[in-house]
Amino acid sequence: MNLHEYQAKALFRDYGLPVVAGAAAQTPDEAVAAAAELGGDRWVCKVQVHAGGRGKAGGVQLVDSLDAVRAFATRWLGERLVTVQTDATGQPVSRIFVERPAAIARELYLGAVVDRASRGVVVMASTEGGVEIEQVAADTPELILRARIDPATGAQPFQGRAMAFALGLEGKQVQQFTDVFLHLSRLFHDLDCSLVEVNPLVLTEAGDVLCLDAKINVDNNALYRQPALAALRDPSQEDERESQADEYGLNYVALDGNIGCMVNGAGLAMGTMDLVKLQGGSPANFLDVGGGATEQAVAEAFKIILSDDAVKAVLINIFGGIVSCKVIAEGIIAAVRQVRVSVPVVVRFEGNNAAAGLAALQHSGLAIATAESLQDAANKAVAAAGVAR
Amino acid sequence: MSILVDKNTVVICQGFTGSQGTLHSEQAIAYGTRLAGGVTPGKGGTTHLDQPVFDTVAEAVAETGATASVVYVPARFCKDSILEAAAAGIELIVCITEGIPTLDMLVVKHHLDAAGVRLIGPNCPGVITPGACKIGIMPGEIHLPGRVGVVSRSGTLTYEAVKQTTDMGYGQSTCVGIGGDPIPGSHFIDILGMFQADPATQAIVMVGEIGGTAEEEAAAYIAANVSKPVVAYIAGVTAPAGKRMGHAGAIIAGGKGTAAEKYAALKAAGVRTVKSLAEIGTALGEATGWG
Repeated sequence: MNLHEYQAKALFRDYGLPVVAGAAAQTPDEAVAAAAELGGDRWVCKVQVHAGGRGKAGGVQLVDSLDAVRAFATRWLGERLVTVQTDATGQPVSRIFVERPAAIARELYLGAVVDRASRGVVVMASTEGGVEIEQVAADTPELILRARIDPATGAQPFQGRAMAFALGLEGKQVQQFTDVFLHLSRLFHDLDCSLVEVNPLVLTEAGDVLCLDAKINVDNNALYRQPALAALRDPSQEDERESQADEYGLNYVALDGNIGCMVNGAGLAMGTMDLVKLQGGSPANFLDVGGGATEQAVAEAFKIILSDDAVKAVLINIFGGIVSCKVIAEGIIAAVRQVRVSVPVVVRFEGNNAAAGLAALQHSGLAIATAESLQDAANKAVAAAGVAR
Repeated sequence: MSILVDKNTVVICQGFTGSQGTLHSEQAIAYGTRLAGGVTPGKGGTTHLDQPVFDTVAEAVAETGATASVVYVPARFCKDSILEAAAAGIELIVCITEGIPTLDMLVVKHHLDAAGVRLIGPNCPGVITPGACKIGIMPGEIHLPGRVGVVSRSGTLTYEAVKQTTDMGYGQSTCVGIGGDPIPGSHFIDILGMFQADPATQAIVMVGEIGGTAEEEAAAYIAANVSKPVVAYIAGVTAPAGKRMGHAGAIIAGGKGTAAEKYAALKAAGVRTVKSLAEIGTALGEATGWG
């Protein structure tokens, strides 16, 4: 789960990480009031969306009057921001964040992730702040410093000091950076994060360390023990169909093809999409119905797949392990009757009760094509989508 | 011969009396697995599926001599259950449960590595040596005792690979689902090393997916250490970057972990790669000369 910058900065403040004063606003009036309250004569206004690349897309602006704050808020609230990281429709803007500006001398990068290769949380820092860190990692990997946090001891001050010196920090900055390093690591572990990023971490003209941006991703599997974070979820930033699928225990990701896929198991779902592509077709989605698929879940899966107008055929691939193909068949039959499926449906069953499931489909009197093998199923679905087109 | 488990392996089940524990323990017993009992705190002294129930893993080990444990407890209790099994002297822990917080797994993995305890999973179908011992949720009937070692990050994809090797008549020595999480207890290279050393395993099928670098690590390991024929399939060629494809571990992040990179690494290591999921069995026949 992603948090907004204003939410992440509030958590940063709780953990003693230095951030500038700021406030979130949902209306132009609130934005102007927030700016007046913060004081000064210049402010940075930032749209709050779950996507990077806001600055280049016009979603971040330095303004020097309250009228300009109002104009920015009026321009963006209720609109959508399209950045390089969003789709063509962009993300809805329901809040803007108003901050005091900082006098920046240098921009650094600081981040922490769960690193699979070293089986630990790794904190990364770089002198190359304020730019795409993926690009830095690809072009000049030697400019990224890493410190692995030992799961048994947690982050230690010496690791922060070593990083500070390697970044070329001096004097009081070394201690300030070490504190930021330790606080960030504590926040990461306390809040079950999967990613925390400060890009840029800046040195101000006064020589202080400051977190100018804040990004936090939380491990969804840990939300049960992070109720305060779970309450920060903003469904407006999520894909509607993906959220709907989630409610029924389905895993759905929209793609841009025309063959809807319904599969049990994430790996098999990806494999089925790949096979469709290999046969010259194009998958419209990833959909894993999970191991405990019920009749209702299958019906919901159908509705979600068919809510995409591009879908010209549906391919169902079930390898029954725990789940019985007979149960899935009953679900398919009920769903096809219930939601009036108007595109060809191809079904391949294997494993638990496959023969009984196929027999049930064949005796249903519905126009459902059954396949003898995985290859046969992919061929039939691709052919059906081609004819429909 | 086989790896990890055989007909003599004595297994206990943690979360024995729950719905998942009951369902799959019943099937394991029917398959012939030596499932000697289970653990449900507070239900010690009772019996379930005609087997004894214990309050603690330590008691279960003392009474049954079990060396393996299968964990079906809910995700929030898995860290505790796995560490309890390790503390009780269990040598092989198989965790089926999906959805364990990643930071829990970091602590668990760190501890088990130090203690020398083998964990398979979490978020996996389990381990089976066909005809001898089934620990997990895989359908037993698609397996056939034989000569192919199967190792996979995905449940139903494993079944697909197994079914094809069964249909070809090759059968399997042991099948291991290492799971789809970012921090698994065992990696491809752990299992590949065991298959290489196992006389009953004559060829290996490896099923990977997008995300992380486990397949690239496996490729380097195979080039240096594995002389048996290896056939590899990677799922997720069509997956878009930045989207998590069901498994917590299946995400292309920062342009890394793509199927194309994994295929290239495996190919360079001399592995026979297949792009079509439907052709794993036939490719194996060609790579081994059995076809």
